[in-house]
Amino acid sequence: MTAPHVTLGEVLPERAVQNRLTNPGTENCSLCASRESLKMEPLAVTLLPGEERVIDKDIMYICPFSGPVKGKVFITNYRLYFKSADADPSVTLNVPLGAIGRVEKMGGASSRGENSYGLDITCKDMRNLRFALKQEGHSRRDIFDILFRYAFPLSHGLLLFAYLSQEKYEENGWSVYKPMEEFRRQGLPTDKWRITFINDNYELCDTYPTILVVPFKATEEDLRKVSTFRSRGRIPVLSWIHRENQAVICRCSQPLVGMSGKRNKDDERYLEVIREANGTAKLTIYDARPSVNAVANKATGGGYEGDDTYQNAELVFLDIHNIHVMRESLKKLKDIVYPNVEESHWLSSLESTHWLEHIKLVLSGAIQVADKISGGNSVVVHCSDGWDRTAQLTSLAMLMLDSHYRTLRGFQVLLEKEWISFGHKFASRIGHGDKNHADQDRSPIFVQFIDCVWQMTKQFPTAFEFNERLLMTILDHLFSCRFGTFLYNCESARDTNEVRSKTVSLWSLVNSDSTSYLNPFYTPESSRVLYPVASMRHLELWVTYYIRWNPRIRQQQQSPVEQRYMELLALRDEYLKKLEELQLTDSSPNSSHLSNSSASNAASPTQHINHLHTPF
Amino acid sequence: MLSSLGSAGGKSAKPSFVSYVTPEEIKSEKEPSRKEKHPDLLPGEVVFCSASTVLKYTQDDLSQRGVFGVLLCTNFRVSFVSDEAPTEEMVRTLFKNKLYGENDIPLSCVDNIYGDKRKLITGGLVKNKYPSKMIIHCKDLRVFQFSLSFSKEEDAKKIFQGIVHHCLEPKSLRCLFAFSYCENTSYPGSYSYCREHLRKKQTVMFDSVEDWTQDMKRTKGNCRVVSENSNFELSPKLPQYFIVPKNVSDEDLTKYQGKGLPMWCWSHHSGCALFKTASIPLVQEDNVCCRMLTAVAHNHLYSVKTEDLSDTLPTVQDILLSYNRFKQFFLIDNTTEFWMSDMKWFSSLDNCGWLDIIRQCLQKAVEVVESLEKENTNVLIMEEGGSDLCCVVSSLVQLMLDPYYRTLLGFQSLVQKEWVAGGHAFLDRSNHLHLKDKVESQSPVFLLFLECVWQLQQQHGPAFQFSETYLTVLSDSIHVPVFTTFLFNNDGHRDSLLRAESPHTQRSPLNCPTVWDWSVQFDCKAQDLFTNPLYTEKPKQDTSVRKSYRPRHLRQLSLPSSAFKTPPKKGFFKDEADNLKKILGVKRLSRWMLSPSSDSPQTSSSVREFYEAWQTKPLDYHGLLLPCLDGPSIRVWMQRYLRWIHDVQILGGGPVAMLSKVSEILGEVQELQRQLDRHGCTLTSNHKGARPRAKTAAAVIAARSSVRLSSSFPFVTSRNWSFKPAIPTSLLQSLMVTGMAGNLADREDDGGPESLV
Repeated sequence: MTAPHVTLGEVLPERAVQNRLTNPGTENCSLCASRESLKMEPLAVTLLPGEERVIDKDIMYICPFSGPVKGKVFITNYRLYFKSADADPSVTLNVPLGAIGRVEKMGGASSRGENSYGLDITCKDMRNLRFALKQEGHSRRDIFDILFRYAFPLSHGLLLFAYLSQEKYEENGWSVYKPMEEFRRQGLPTDKWRITFINDNYELCDTYPTILVVPFKATEEDLRKVSTFRSRGRIPVLSWIHRENQAVICRCSQPLVGMSGKRNKDDERYLEVIREANGTAKLTIYDARPSVNAVANKATGGGYEGDDTYQNAELVFLDIHNIHVMRESLKKLKDIVYPNVEESHWLSSLESTHWLEHIKLVLSGAIQVADKISGGNSVVVHCSDGWDRTAQLTSLAMLMLDSHYRTLRGFQVLLEKEWISFGHKFASRIGHGDKNHADQDRSPIFVQFIDCVWQMTKQFPTAFEFNERLLMTILDHLFSCRFGTFLYNCESARDTNEVRSKTVSLWSLVNSDSTSYLNPFYTPESSRVLYPVASMRHLELWVTYYIRWNPRIRQQQQSPVEQRYMELLALRDEYLKKLEELQLTDSSPNSSHLSNSSASNAASPTQHINHLHTPF
Repeated sequence: MLSSLGSAGGKSAKPSFVSYVTPEEIKSEKEPSRKEKHPDLLPGEVVFCSASTVLKYTQDDLSQRGVFGVLLCTNFRVSFVSDEAPTEEMVRTLFKNKLYGENDIPLSCVDNIYGDKRKLITGGLVKNKYPSKMIIHCKDLRVFQFSLSFSKEEDAKKIFQGIVHHCLEPKSLRCLFAFSYCENTSYPGSYSYCREHLRKKQTVMFDSVEDWTQDMKRTKGNCRVVSENSNFELSPKLPQYFIVPKNVSDEDLTKYQGKGLPMWCWSHHSGCALFKTASIPLVQEDNVCCRMLTAVAHNHLYSVKTEDLSDTLPTVQDILLSYNRFKQFFLIDNTTEFWMSDMKWFSSLDNCGWLDIIRQCLQKAVEVVESLEKENTNVLIMEEGGSDLCCVVSSLVQLMLDPYYRTLLGFQSLVQKEWVAGGHAFLDRSNHLHLKDKVESQSPVFLLFLECVWQLQQQHGPAFQFSETYLTVLSDSIHVPVFTTFLFNNDGHRDSLLRAESPHTQRSPLNCPTVWDWSVQFDCKAQDLFTNPLYTEKPKQDTSVRKSYRPRHLRQLSLPSSAFKTPPKKGFFKDEADNLKKILGVKRLSRWMLSPSSDSPQTSSSVREFYEAWQTKPLDYHGLLLPCLDGPSIRVWMQRYLRWIHDVQILGGGPVAMLSKVSEILGEVQELQRQLDRHGCTLTSNHKGARPRAKTAAAVIAARSSVRLSSSFPFVTSRNWSFKPAIPTSLLQSLMVTGMAGNLADREDDGGPESLV
């Protein structure tokens, strides 16, 4: 917990024993015997089912915190694992190959200086790793080649690890999200909104899911016509409907207005139909982009809904920047937190990365959407293609509006729906298994979204059923390629590559061990809209994620508040039991009175304890 | 009728502007029938002037919404009494200050007054002129905006001039409300009763030989308690009682009115101790300096480190300047301005330097802790005057090293010891009297200390028995001119004034409450919010473990003497001392006193190593506590600074949402425990801190569970909540100005035209 040594490792779900990477002290022998393991004294690494050793090598890890460390590195088809030779202070590294963004050779055969010859690895999870080898005999050639091949399997005709994994879980994460069920939960279809299967074969839009909700009044023909006027055919479809006031969040891509200011009657009528569905006086269209960018898009055939053409609509620009700006921003953030936290003028440095400023813009955009909806106004949200900023805005607004999405299962549904099924281009944005580290399509849009969620959980510590660990786990496996959940750009690609049948879902891991991801402070409150405060005064850097590799940042497995709370819960449980025992043996009228008073206390609390007890 | 009240008040109050009439004189002129529009006046409180139909803006001056009411100025406060009937609010009654309400500003709490066009009013008014609008910035960060344009001209003029006069013009200490309050109150009986009362509650006042002796014994110190100053014969600036190293001679004690005397603060279990002193000029004919250092060194192991804080920490002026810039970020007149400043928030915060000053103080304290804890060296900290940063650093050191001071009573005792008895010039530093010649000496040093404590508390919550709310309330109390704690410059000052002001015989001084009697301000239920539900008392087993350690400490203590092989021979000591003098005079003194050590990278890296070594050990909340000083770890005291700003209240959120759940369960556990006790069941396991306090916070929490809490709990009522979210305005500005990321911002998400179908 308060590790004396540098423990660098992905957040491993500790309770999923079969997947656990154990240290010698806690090794479960019967388990490891039944499994292939790397035999190296005194360490044994329990591999994942389907994980295979590729190479191991004596190497020097140039730890930015404790200096050069001698040890051994293992490379499997899933991970890079390093363990220092000396136990004190023991240094371990456990990096899924998927988290590796770039592998470079450092120094040459003739470079001078100690430890100047070796490998330089840039990771997607905010760290860099340096290894040094002996200069003689091309000692790094084999390891470099292997690392390069296995870290970027798709560039070398290999399969992603998700397709090799043999992991088995009690729960099947692929059954978490069933679109029909989710729409039914929202109360759909209604007399104004219908479910359409027009995209069953991805013919209307190849980046949309198969099941869509559209205005009842719009015919399939209308949909086809509208799709010609929306970038990539991403027509406005319903994401969420307010149960009481029937206001809806619709998402889409930009209209193809172009330089000439083209109009499309079908599109105009379609938006009008959306407006009419609940009698909204003016339909609000949130264009996530800064207005200058929206204007500039006209040059490339895109654009925005003009006031004169869409008469019953008001257009609001939300000033959120594009994927390139976000990428650079996170890069700058990495510069000031890794390996060392910028010391002089930390706050100014932080401001100059603009990271939190972008977070603020995204959050305040979502607040505006949520506010409009709870006021009974339907909204349409888009950016350029409607798969980056749009997904951020709709999913955050839905998180504010609908408490179901704040539960552990509900949050999974939210991600499956707004991000995965609606075609956030995970493959392009993350670059799974791809060697082109400088690919301009890469961008931490999803990381930014999770950061926004984290900011919300910080501001409302009792409103979310899941904890910070879940968010960290999601981000770790966003890169790891161990699960199929975040692979590929859209549903049609997932179908083609048989993701659901050939890989395991991340939610299988999570839901087989859900207690680890629960927030003990969670207090369900259904009817409440949760407005975070999008002020820099309240936004803070997610230190435990971005700076987690720094040993000076105390990684508390449990916050002191949580720890105290769990202690008290356990204590209450114990006292209740004692009282019960006493009351069984003692039948004086006095005690029966007590039993009454404690019974009211006891009912729900004990149930509560039963499922909270395990992580303690 | 109201207007007549105003003019009558004005007439009678008029002479008071110049001659400080005693409250009694004015009182006699007043008629009881006019009471209805007054706030509930405190004993000894008198209305100077008032004006009706004053408009008090709510929240934002741009919204132009407000309430009409009467604005009054008394000898205690500026008060606004709304014409609207007050609505009963659960939360407000829960955490109500008994001395002043949400629309009252104690006179000493007024920071700045602005007139039309935000012109700063500085006193020295042009007669017959008054602004139509008045903005009052308070020292507790509240902002009030009043419009006088609807009042009668005469009334408006009087109330404005009255407020300006009483809030900004110089006055005598006698005019502070404490004196008329204490004369007119039967506040809890006699002075001695009050003292007894406090004794029972065990806040050690450090105003007797016993208190000091006890504290020294508690820490196993081995120094000399000085009582020669009990009548302030040595110096009125020295505490009545204090402790010096054993080896300080009587001659030195009396020679320089106590200047340069090393005053004992605290002893480490190893035997070494922390001392502080007012620095004396280095060039002293008979080398007092060296004698004093020798005396300190003799306390333990003949080693001493001295640290001149004047060289290495910001001056009191720096502190004031920085704080003045810092506080502006929270004195919000309108929301547009607020959101404008939001984008540059981090760099503004950085540039004002306040957090950095906090960091420097904490770092200095860690350095001293390292010397005591790791090197077991005596430490002597010094600065000119010896009662500002010395107090900050010495109290922080004790908080880090001694868990006793992290209890509520321990903390109060610490403030008594280091600040009140220690002679921090509270009166000059707060300049309650607005004396022109004291403007220079004004500085929020005590607040700086509380800020540092808050940082420690924030990082190590469960280690403190008192809550964040307690610290916030304490920081507010500095500006409530009722408590003797913050009214004087030192013991001597207090003693002479209270004696002089006593209405009775000269033998019994005026009876004033100290701030530690919280019942003066809050009822019991509200005081429950002062305790931290995360705090657990030290488990009993540990104390037995500690006992078994004790002999070892003693052994350690005896070790040096055997190692040095120094039987107490006079001659030997002399040699040793001479030797030391040489070392000190030549090497150490020059090294430690003349070169500012904290700036050198060596020190900061050594502090870092010390911190890292400590960090790797399991955290013991009842042991040594060190703050993390990294950029992200030093933060803004949200509760204190953001509590009044409407737009940043997190409705239904904030840390209180979590803490109230802890309190809730704590209450349940305590209730169960009581039930078990009634059953006569002895609880075998030693459960941490679950022993019930009389009335628990749980009751409070349960009572308000229906009320929606916000991040500014318990300071703001939920009455003003609009359920509309605050939507930041002027979002894009800074991005546009910096033209960030070059032309990246102009690019298309998925690369250029060809990607568009």
